[in-house]
Amino acid sequence: MDVIIGQIFAGLSVGSVLLLAALGLALTFGQMGIINMAHGEFLMIGAYTVFVIQMVIPDAGIALAVAIPASFLVAGTFGLLLEELLLRRLYVRPLDTLLVTFGVSLILQQLARDIFGAPAVEVRAPDWLLGSIDFFGTTFPMSRLFIIGVSLSVVALLSAVLAFTPLGRRIRAVVLNRDLAEVSGISSRSVDRLTFFIGSGVAGIAGVALTLIGSTGPTLGNSYIVDAFLIVVAGGVGKIAGSVIAAFTLGILQATVEYQTSPSIGKIVVFVVIIVFLQIRPQGIFSFKTRSLA
Amino acid sequence: MQNTTKKYSKTKMAVAAAAVIALGLSATAATSATAATASCVVTTGKTIKVGFLNSLSGTMAISEKTVQDAQNLAVKEINKAGGVNGKQITVVQEDGASDPATFAQKAQKLIQQDCVAAVFGGWTSSSRKAMLPVFESNNSLLFYPVQYEGLEASKNIYYTGATTNQQIIPALDYLKTKKIKKIFLVGSDYVFPRTANKEIKAYAAANGMTVVGEEYAPLGSTDFTTIANKLKSAGAEAILNTINGDSNVAFFKQYGSLGLNAKNCPVISFSIGEEEVKGVGLQYLKGQYTAWDYYQTVKSAANKKFVAAFKKEFGAARKTSDPMEASYVAVHLWALMATKAKSFATDAINKVANGTKFVAPEGTVVVNGTNHHITKTPLIGIVNAAGLIDTVWKSPKPVTPDPFLTGYAWAKDLK
Repeated sequence: MDVIIGQIFAGLSVGSVLLLAALGLALTFGQMGIINMAHGEFLMIGAYTVFVIQMVIPDAGIALAVAIPASFLVAGTFGLLLEELLLRRLYVRPLDTLLVTFGVSLILQQLARDIFGAPAVEVRAPDWLLGSIDFFGTTFPMSRLFIIGVSLSVVALLSAVLAFTPLGRRIRAVVLNRDLAEVSGISSRSVDRLTFFIGSGVAGIAGVALTLIGSTGPTLGNSYIVDAFLIVVAGGVGKIAGSVIAAFTLGILQATVEYQTSPSIGKIVVFVVIIVFLQIRPQGIFSFKTRSLA
Repeated sequence: MQNTTKKYSKTKMAVAAAAVIALGLSATAATSATAATASCVVTTGKTIKVGFLNSLSGTMAISEKTVQDAQNLAVKEINKAGGVNGKQITVVQEDGASDPATFAQKAQKLIQQDCVAAVFGGWTSSSRKAMLPVFESNNSLLFYPVQYEGLEASKNIYYTGATTNQQIIPALDYLKTKKIKKIFLVGSDYVFPRTANKEIKAYAAANGMTVVGEEYAPLGSTDFTTIANKLKSAGAEAILNTINGDSNVAFFKQYGSLGLNAKNCPVISFSIGEEEVKGVGLQYLKGQYTAWDYYQTVKSAANKKFVAAFKKEFGAARKTSDPMEASYVAVHLWALMATKAKSFATDAINKVANGTKFVAPEGTVVVNGTNHHITKTPLIGIVNAAGLIDTVWKSPKPVTPDPFLTGYAWAKDLK
């Protein structure tokens, strides 16, 4: 029994990591239709932001609290620069965007290597995040609970912004029908800019959470970029709820298969399931008529 | 869809995009192989070229960058002392990018296009296995500086890191004296951990130990949730860790978050040296065991000189580790052998290799001319509060290399 609970929890925590990595992408790729290969590097930027803040603020707990908004701003700013300098010139050429952002991702990795060095840097976790609590004979690591909390909070916030704020309405309007939105007086340029800023910023927050489970190095983004795209595609481009369901389903699936077999097999099974699923339902879990990828 | 792009000239955008792509791809530019010819090494000039082939990018960069620094230090020392056979060493550097195929390709390039006399580098066994046929078909020399799984000997490779009977077997002997019965094996999913674990299982079977679990994660994996759960429920008394690169960070974080620590379930790692401690995080590693043949804390005159020189070159905060020391030793051994042979030719060097001695930081090492490994003194260490590793057990005498484990009855079925 405790093994089953343990594995369900493992699946949820794997899912929450996937979700965090994918959430920003659900905005920039899902809503705007930009294939941003440098999304992983925004995660990395978020992670290094924690490192830099820890050099200024030695207390790991306060540093973490400061790092969440700070990494949102830093990664968001990088996203804004990318959008303003390169991407907006390429909106009509999605495939070129793929190549350009891939190049940008390599440049950002090298930049991190030049500034912080090739080896991973040490990011300390506050003491209260190092422990674990026992429940029903199963151990729940605090860091994992924290990550689940962060990912659910970000989902809630994003959904609220999209559903209830004027900005959210404008984003949805532009996604549904760009021309009509413009005719109605919405500046699609400023909406694009803001959406990309938020999407990249969310990746920054994800990067903060990732420092709790993995290493903080220049290639941090590589480990997550493929998974992030998979989640958004499987979830249905354009719907955040789809990403949430896809992330947790795949997380639990991977954890279950992994427990029975091995991590390598687990990874393969997840890929196979996604390929088969997309054959049957190419539009993903949720479909949503958009003009963005038309 | 969008109209903002119209005001920018199409060609300008194309040029910009091409430039960005070219920048990105230049790092992985491929060089096609030409047919193997006789050695093109130039030995008439005032300099002699050698190649450094380490991963400066990808998951192994965390470890291999440090090796390259140590190689550079050795070259600098040798050049200062007058070079080899009267020639100054110049270095051609290539990035193996943590990818075996890239290693093979770049090795080919170093030998055939740059015409280097010898190549230093490689870390993962997969990279070594990929390079081996390149060096054999070109009859060129590779110096490989990392501990590995053994069961290999090539006349074109010198192995200056430990083979199994100089690292893993002494570590198992140590666990045996500590009365550890139940062990759990965790490693990255590639050649070294799988082969090493085969040997560990054979040892365990012959020595009354039980292997209660054996798990592999893909190289570069950051998800150890399930492995840690299995670990916790398996009731192991010690974990033998052959995870490579920055996956170690994720493993130790996950291990720690389940309440496991050096007291209740110690980990003995075969690929974590001083340089990796910082990246993994001291708060997770303090008190954990490692098995190597060199630590920065080794007390010898040669080590004192090595550590001081390294810090002077690369900064006082830097540390020295076993693979770094082994790569430093590799460059010096090559220089000594070339001097002894009065030649840079592979066959001439192989002829004089046997018995070549170097007073290394780890102690005096001797090249074995038959299997191209070197004698080493195994050390078990514990990570201390300063992030360095203190020796807690030392082999009473240097161990001669036995890559095929011919001296061990339990290993006779391994291959």
